[in-house]
Amino acid sequence: MKSNQHPQHFTKDNAPDEWFTWRNKNIKEQELVARPSLSYWKDAWRRLKKNFLAMSGLVFLILLVLMAIFGPIFSPYDANTQVLSEQYQPPSAEHWFGTDGAGRDVFTRTWHGARISLFVGFMAALIDVTIGIIWGGISGYKGGRTDNVMMRIIEILYGIPYLLVVILLLVVMGPSLMTIIIALTVTGWVGMARIVRGQVMQIKNYEYVLASKSFGTKTPRIIRKGLLPNTMGPIIVQMTLTVPSAIFAEAFLSFIGLGISSPNASWGVMANDSLGAILSGNWWTLFFPAFFISFTMFAFNVLGDGLQDALDPKLRK
Amino acid sequence: MLKYILKKLLVMVLTLWIIITLTFVLMVSVPGSPFNSEGNSNEIVQQNLEKHYNLDKPLHVQYLLYLKSVATLDFGPSIKQPNQTVNDLLGRGFPISAELGFITIIVAVISGIILGILAALRHNGIIDYMAMGIAVLGISIPNFILATLLIQNLAVNWEIFPVATWKSPMHMVLPVFALATGPMAIIARLTRSTMLEVLTQDYIKMARAKGLTPWKIIVKHALRNALMPVITIMGTLLAGIMTGSFVIEQIFAIPGMGKYFVESINHRDFPVIMGTTVFYSAFLIVMLFLVDIAYGILDPRIKVTKKEGE
Repeated sequence: MKSNQHPQHFTKDNAPDEWFTWRNKNIKEQELVARPSLSYWKDAWRRLKKNFLAMSGLVFLILLVLMAIFGPIFSPYDANTQVLSEQYQPPSAEHWFGTDGAGRDVFTRTWHGARISLFVGFMAALIDVTIGIIWGGISGYKGGRTDNVMMRIIEILYGIPYLLVVILLLVVMGPSLMTIIIALTVTGWVGMARIVRGQVMQIKNYEYVLASKSFGTKTPRIIRKGLLPNTMGPIIVQMTLTVPSAIFAEAFLSFIGLGISSPNASWGVMANDSLGAILSGNWWTLFFPAFFISFTMFAFNVLGDGLQDALDPKLRK
Repeated sequence: MLKYILKKLLVMVLTLWIIITLTFVLMVSVPGSPFNSEGNSNEIVQQNLEKHYNLDKPLHVQYLLYLKSVATLDFGPSIKQPNQTVNDLLGRGFPISAELGFITIIVAVISGIILGILAALRHNGIIDYMAMGIAVLGISIPNFILATLLIQNLAVNWEIFPVATWKSPMHMVLPVFALATGPMAIIARLTRSTMLEVLTQDYIKMARAKGLTPWKIIVKHALRNALMPVITIMGTLLAGIMTGSFVIEQIFAIPGMGKYFVESINHRDFPVIMGTTVFYSAFLIVMLFLVDIAYGILDPRIKVTKKEGE
């Protein structure tokens, strides 16, 4: 009753037509979403970009890889040529990072070391991921008895002290680039397999997997298309932890005399060689390899932290 | 509970057996090892070895006898130091290494927890950023690099601490610091994240509403629950400290087990390598076992007895 007394009150039936315009005559255009929908990866990348620390880590790592590939080309010196007259030159215009006890250019050796250290790190991570995905995927997807047996094996391998086995294997096989990578991955994949299994076990019960099963999709395709893409987040985060721990392990092995044999330089070998030198004040021989080991681990750690936040679907807005 | 312990015990024994077998297989198969070569110069050593490892007998008999000698904690003679047995070295080195490890873990746990709590209480404040900055640095800088930096600055340049060896509390500061930083950083990060989670729980609000002092809330109510994850990673941390001590003992010239172990690797003193590996592994596996049991007892949410009732 009250509304009728009010001349200003309009309903949609008695409102003047000029108030309204067709916003969009094309229905299809109306249906379009105003903002492009973000895929999981785009969304993660958007959030990662906002994380300054993680992005600096990423930039540092990209630069490092580039320098490892191209760095030695820029340098007029050879990494392994010993010039005895140029022992322990401090950093200067000729030798940017100085020279070591055998007169070798530390700048060139640092990038050669980066090649070896990064190669060890990435290869170890790659092999870990491959074995981990296969083992964890089968174990998590099959479940039941298969899972039980596979998990018991993991449980036992997990109990074996990692570095002790690596040391033991290297004593027997003799240290070289290949044997170090093999030794690092013999039990190293266990952590990755556990993560993949946990993820797969969780995801395989989701409705969309059930739906694709009911359509008659074959198991390999379900694993490949339905499960693996959704386990990638935790796998990538785990990889950012595997690479630096492999680099650390390689440096550690050099320190106990099981590193890659000289003249080939990894950062660990360089640091170990210059232990005595710092006591006599030639700090640069230790500083540069030590700096790059530490900073690479730092970069991977902050990048891993950032990725963990960025790839967590729970934090998605 | 008993079933849970027995299951863990079984896994533990199996793991140990695999390690012992692995050491045996690897050492027998290695080219140039004292077990299959005639190139050993020291006559007495060779005889001792042959006697201890029964090298004249067939392989499976050797293996069984080896198992027996390990089970009775007899690791045989060293081949580089004629009158030393592996047990002598272990007896001399282990107490020192254990002391170093024990102090390190205490320092790491206490400082890590304090750092983590401080960071959580001042979430996104300056203290938080500083504590987490320290933590990320602690994780990133390998302990052997930290050790050399400490020696160079605090021992050589400024002469505050002695450079090496293991005699007085002053000698312990640098090695413990170098060894404890990594684990401390991990504990600090873990404590912070769980504390942040716990502090949002209703029972903390309840405790606040009741008017308990902040101190009481943190120590009695929040910390207890925040410490559970720290206990789960104790095993991993112990392993890290142990392997870390190989290098730290080497750098600081501490006459512990790690130093003998690294020396034995460099000299290819196979019985010492085998003995120490088995001993270390056994020690670590028993520790992991104890951590598992402790976790089962401490966390009321874990129903280890569930299966028994069924």
